[in-house]
Amino acid sequence: MILALVITPGYYLALGALLFIMGAVGLLVRRNPLVMFMCVELMLNAVNLSFVAFGEAMGDLGGQVSVFFVLVVAAAEVVIGLAIVVAIMRRRPNVNADDLSVLRG
Amino acid sequence: MEAVVFFVAAAIVLAGALGVIISRNPVHAALSLVMTLFGVAVLFINLEAYFLAVVQVIVYAGAIVVLFLFVIMLVGVDKAEDVRAEPIVRQREFALLAGAGLLALAVIIGVAAGGEITGRAPGDLDIVRAFEDVDDIDGDGITDETIPPSQVLTDESSGERVVTRPNSDNIHQLGDALFTDYVFAFEITAILLTIAVVGAVVLARRPSGDLQDLPEFDPPGVLRVEPDPDDEVATDIDEEDLSAAEQDASVEAEEATEDATDAEATS
Repeated sequence: MILALVITPGYYLALGALLFIMGAVGLLVRRNPLVMFMCVELMLNAVNLSFVAFGEAMGDLGGQVSVFFVLVVAAAEVVIGLAIVVAIMRRRPNVNADDLSVLRG
Repeated sequence: MEAVVFFVAAAIVLAGALGVIISRNPVHAALSLVMTLFGVAVLFINLEAYFLAVVQVIVYAGAIVVLFLFVIMLVGVDKAEDVRAEPIVRQREFALLAGAGLLALAVIIGVAAGGEITGRAPGDLDIVRAFEDVDDIDGDGITDETIPPSQVLTDESSGERVVTRPNSDNIHQLGDALFTDYVFAFEITAILLTIAVVGAVVLARRPSGDLQDLPEFDPPGVLRVEPDPDDEVATDIDEEDLSAAEQDASVEAEEATEDATDAEATS
């Protein structure tokens, strides 16, 4: 039965939506900045999956090129974000995201 | 077969995502993230995006997660998060509510689209059928693949369709697109990466001199005692370290301040 099932792009989009929601909930629930970054990665992956699924559905390579650029931006984002986390944690270990209110006016 | 691969990979992806958001230990969360990323790579292969699948494994699982693990080990936060601490009242409930709202939105969109979520406008389906490879025009023995219309040439006189694909595999196509249509974005990406590297080095560099306390970092309600400048070393460390630090101070003042900084950082 499952072998005969045709996987349309809709399946991938539904999976991407679920993954995005899980990432968003994680971002809101967790307070460790590192885990929050991981949740952002989850959301980016969900969007990548949707991009590739759309590209496949449209027969267009633009979706895959977009994913390529998202990968690069995600890498840059993680590098900068983790550098900030290291700089903060060096002053104050075990800090959580709610303590980082230095910039509050 | 595609369906089996899809459902197994989807289960792996969702289990990994659940692991990221519920594991208290950041190391476990990072390993669950690897699981999710591998699942997404499998789905990319299922979608015939072979190059992206490889890049996903190398860049995400190989570089980004390792970077996460490095930082976890470096700053030593591999302890369980205190779930009882709740600085924002009812944050978890609101977060779950927001997640339920997003889920409801996704379901509504899915229902409104009638299961046909493909990004095409309704009535646009015959265009796709036009370049569906129904009679194996590219001669590779596969008759149900989709060929982009830009690659199908139709002979005006005979009406015969010919597929022109000089470099027909995924990597060649992606490379062609990247260095022709998207070359400007590609070069901007190079600048972005350079800025990111420089920024990371500047941010992660240990600043010269003493680390100064940030007064705003103290939790509210804690009485702050201004430390005596001579007594700075003795605030957090015990007698032994203090005497050692003072000995160092008599030898070389600069070394002592460095010790104090280290002691403060480790305490």
